[in-house]
Amino acid sequence: MSTTAPVGDRPRPTIVLVGHGMVGQRFLEALAERGLTATHRVVVLCEEPRPAYDRVRLTSYFSGRTPEELSLTDTEFITGHGIELHVGDPAETVDRAARRVTARSGLTVGYDVLVLATGSSPFVPPVPGRDAEGCFVYRTIEDLLAIEAYARSRATTGAVVGGGLLGLEAAGALKGLGLASHIVEFAPRLMPVQVDEGGGAALLRSIEEMGLAVHTGVGTQEIVVGADGAVTGMKLSDGSELATDMVVFSAGVRPRDQLARDTGLAVGERGGITVDEQCRTVTDPRVFAIGECAQAVDGRVYGLVAPGYEQAETAAAAIAADGSGQRAFTGADLSTKLKLLGVDVASFGDAHGTAADCLDVVYSDSRAGLYKKLVVGRDGTLLGGILVGDAEAYGTLRALTGTVPPVPPERLVLPADAGAPAALGPAALPDAAVICSCHNVTKGTIRGAVTEHSCTSVPEVKKCTRAGTGCGSCVKVLGQLVTAELEASGVEVDKGLCGCFARTREELYEIVLALRLTSYRELLDRYGREEARDGDGCETCKPAVASIIASLAPTIGADGYVLDGKQAALQDTNDHFLANLQKNGSYSVVPRIPGGEITPEKLIVIGEIARDFGLYTKITGGQRIDMFGARVEQLPLIWTRLVDAGFESGHAYGKALRTVKSCVGRTWCRYGVQDSVRMAIDLELRYRGLRSPHKLKSAVSGCARECAEAQSKDFGVIATAHGWNLYVGGNGGATPRHADLLAQDLSDAELIRLIDRFLMFYIRTADRLERTSVWLERIPGGLDHVRDVVVHDSLRICAELESLMAAHVAHYRDEWAETINNPEKLARFVSFVNAPDTPDPVVGFVPERDQIKPDLPLLSIGLRPAPALEGSAQR
Amino acid sequence: MTLAPETTDLKVQLRLAEGWFTVCELSLLVPGRGVAALLPDGRQVAVFRDRAGRLYGIDNRDPFCGAAVLSRGLTGTHRGRPYVASPLLKQRFDLTSGQCLDDTTVRVQTYEARTA
Ligand code: SRM
Ligand SMILES: Cc1cc2nc3c(=O)[nH]c(=O)nc-3n(C[C@H](O)[C@H](O)[C@H](O)COP(=O)(O)OP(=O)(O)OC[C@H]3O[C@@H](n4cnc5c(N)ncnc54)[C@H](O)[C@@H]3O)c2cc1C
Ligand code: SF4
Ligand code: FES
Repeated sequence: MSTTAPVGDRPRPTIVLVGHGMVGQRFLEALAERGLTATHRVVVLCEEPRPAYDRVRLTSYFSGRTPEELSLTDTEFITGHGIELHVGDPAETVDRAARRVTARSGLTVGYDVLVLATGSSPFVPPVPGRDAEGCFVYRTIEDLLAIEAYARSRATTGAVVGGGLLGLEAAGALKGLGLASHIVEFAPRLMPVQVDEGGGAALLRSIEEMGLAVHTGVGTQEIVVGADGAVTGMKLSDGSELATDMVVFSAGVRPRDQLARDTGLAVGERGGITVDEQCRTVTDPRVFAIGECAQAVDGRVYGLVAPGYEQAETAAAAIAADGSGQRAFTGADLSTKLKLLGVDVASFGDAHGTAADCLDVVYSDSRAGLYKKLVVGRDGTLLGGILVGDAEAYGTLRALTGTVPPVPPERLVLPADAGAPAALGPAALPDAAVICSCHNVTKGTIRGAVTEHSCTSVPEVKKCTRAGTGCGSCVKVLGQLVTAELEASGVEVDKGLCGCFARTREELYEIVLALRLTSYRELLDRYGREEARDGDGCETCKPAVASIIASLAPTIGADGYVLDGKQAALQDTNDHFLANLQKNGSYSVVPRIPGGEITPEKLIVIGEIARDFGLYTKITGGQRIDMFGARVEQLPLIWTRLVDAGFESGHAYGKALRTVKSCVGRTWCRYGVQDSVRMAIDLELRYRGLRSPHKLKSAVSGCARECAEAQSKDFGVIATAHGWNLYVGGNGGATPRHADLLAQDLSDAELIRLIDRFLMFYIRTADRLERTSVWLERIPGGLDHVRDVVVHDSLRICAELESLMAAHVAHYRDEWAETINNPEKLARFVSFVNAPDTPDPVVGFVPERDQIKPDLPLLSIGLRPAPALEGSAQR
Repeated sequence: MTLAPETTDLKVQLRLAEGWFTVCELSLLVPGRGVAALLPDGRQVAVFRDRAGRLYGIDNRDPFCGAAVLSRGLTGTHRGRPYVASPLLKQRFDLTSGQCLDDTTVRVQTYEARTA
């Protein structure tokens, strides 16, 4: 076992950090930023089997985020700063006299400064049976792994003790695991700390609507244990009994201050290591305590991450003691915005109206699950508030707290369609307003990032100020602020599609839809930039507009067929020839093979065609077969053979639906719980031919083993015992992204309805060549916003989205069949307009592995200067 | 090789050393798109018609990749001048001068075009 051995000739002072949780990690970052990792030896004792991770997003583990993705640090940071991190080795004793910490492994480290960041532990009420098999807490990744394993192997019902923020999250997670879920809350309403009675009622309604059973006003008296030692139920204080296979305790947390108590450090009455404004323990100036284990000078123990971060910075500043920005932690705002099981809940400032003489402004619509309350002082100062069901205005309201808002408060809570003007823009906020409460970043700092640090985009501002990198609830306001500031400082934020249009793709979509415009020229001449009108446009906007017109074709009365008159000139080469151009000027042909399912007869047809035309064949990454090396004049002949055999275009060339991959699913696979092939085929046939801002890919897996890789798709579907989970925004390619869970346990019809809406909303609002993954990250409000729109219909556009999709489905026609039946269109498929029978002499092939490949030397013949090609013309 | 049969409609012609060479009927040229034509000496020309009806002819070979595909590119207007973007790697070529707009060292041959 190693003991402290000073590195280098002169021993550096040692900082020992006990606890590598969220606040501990932030403390290390603060040390590094202040250069303290260079001047000090830093030793970290971490109890958990993994370094710090994002506890706030813990529940996202159940929607597919891996423990690795939750990590808050990496080896580059740790080793790069020379930090000695001991994972899985908790501190067991502190000897303050000897200034020494001993860990479980026996490791002993001397310290000059000791920082305790041990967090808190879940409180388990002392009821009989609480240690039985099937009882869990909800705090660490290990807890979640255990809950998941138990739920999957031996539970169909689960109950959560505690209806607070974490309890609701835990109950949602149990439901997501397929269990019938109950919430038992002692207080008369859910989330008693954050919301008042009215808010609790609105919340209750929404939660119950999701199929969770809520029992408020009852306590848990006993956990009933079966003969095998495992949970079978709970006895409640009203005398009733609830049958359940597992119990998750989520009844609050207690600061982990035992280590401190043992070494004689003062702790608060209800726990928490007592510290001063610098986060130094009141007992020992060499010992600090930060995060959930500390009791701040205001007598409170903060259970949120933002105040913990603030304490981490404060302690680091005090340790640096170089006068550079001394800080003090005197208390923090408890504002929170959460998405609980899809319901927005926010509270900020003096949410419960405890100040003397304050007034409430309340808007409530329990049918819609809406409850909004503002607490206002006599002089009109906004003091705080609660928002349930719609927390859109949270960012602005929180920032306005403490000021007299420029408009009457009731206007701030009325829904937009009740005649109120759109919520206040961030322009109305004072510079001191805190925009990002996670990192305590003010509007002034954000403006400074643009004006002084020359940031020109939200990602840059995020990097520069840290704003928006915590819970993410401020990103929307942040985006508005950055744009406003850029515009104000004269930086032209040209969001135009290209040199021809000053409008965005989204705006052009709305124009085309509203005015039923079917002509690119008309759009360019009426809505293009002055200098581009009457011109020929460009290769950027032409395909983009063609795609908009094609997606809306049946609705706006355009011909959906891409090679038709006005549209023909706009299409990219691949769309123009309904095939993919290869490097030597030949094409590849990809017939649709829905769901990857194909009969032996059809396989034989593909084989025969490829053999007869001498094409190179390859199984693609999309579960279908590509035939390469077709000359342009061969395309119609190949399609004719394919169409005769029952094939159609696979749109491999288009910004359109590509493939819906499938796994073999329930029909054959011993694990399958749904018919994934059937669903993949249904989806592929439904969305085939749908033109979109970028290509669309999908997959359906028959169970959670995910053999179809649905989570890497634009929309992916994974079967559950009760239906389907829908994931969106996945991407392979250059910047892979795991898809996010949009909705769970959907029936076939619900699934299709949601995908209809999702796709049409994407098509409507995305930029050109913006995959769903990028779009989801870009649009204000991100996934939550998209869920609001497509699941909860917050913009009331779902009916329209569905009808647009219905029109697409009803009007689908196969582009290959249309082309081969149209002699006029066929005329295009020649190498030379004046020599239709002559093949392009540059397209030649040589053998490789029993097939063909492009003859590349042929391509370089006669390049600059160009001699006659007479000799090779006959090839 | 078989050349397209004569008709009485307007024809697209290219000026070659030997004189005007008829390529095809004007109606075969969709405004904003091109076609490829084979010259008697084996060279290939990409012929375009813009929105205003003007005709252009440039060498059909993409000088960067060697494939004969410029006729299949998308056309556009850049600072008032017409161009075509190669469908392969998207370099743009001025239709009147043959100059590549993305690489000043590259230029393709141009042909005078007219209707007759
Ligand atoms: C043929 C195929 C490779 C193969 O031999 O397996 C292929 C070939 C091409 N891919 Fe791909 N991709 C193929 C599967 C994939 C996959 C795997 C999948 O779909 O499961 C991916 C990663 C998944 C994804 O898209 O998220 C993939 C990611 C890309 C990308 C990067 C997209 C991104 O968002 O980063 C491009 C470039 C683009 O679209 O801008 C691309 C573009 C291309 C293009 C169109 C490049 C081009 O412009 O010439 C290739 C031409 C195909 C042709 O000529 O027929 N291909 N490509 C696969 C056809 C699948 C099919 O049946 O339709
Ligand atoms: C499911 C969930 C959702 C949450 N959602 C939110 C939210 O939306 N917003 C919000 O602000 N907050 C939220 N929180 C609370 C937030 O996670 C905590 O406030 C934050 O993690 C506190 O950080 P910390 O470092 O003080 O404690 P922790 O992150 O708990 O870290 C303490 C670490 O110290 C370790 N430790 C303890 N004793 C020792 C020892 N003797 N030796 C070595 N290591 C030790 C522990 O194992 C732990 O890893 C949530 C918490 C949970 C569990
Ligand atoms: S995803 Fe599940 S059902 Fe589908 S093949 Fe894999 S294990 Fe079988
Ligand atoms: S408020 Fe949480 S990231 Fe900004």
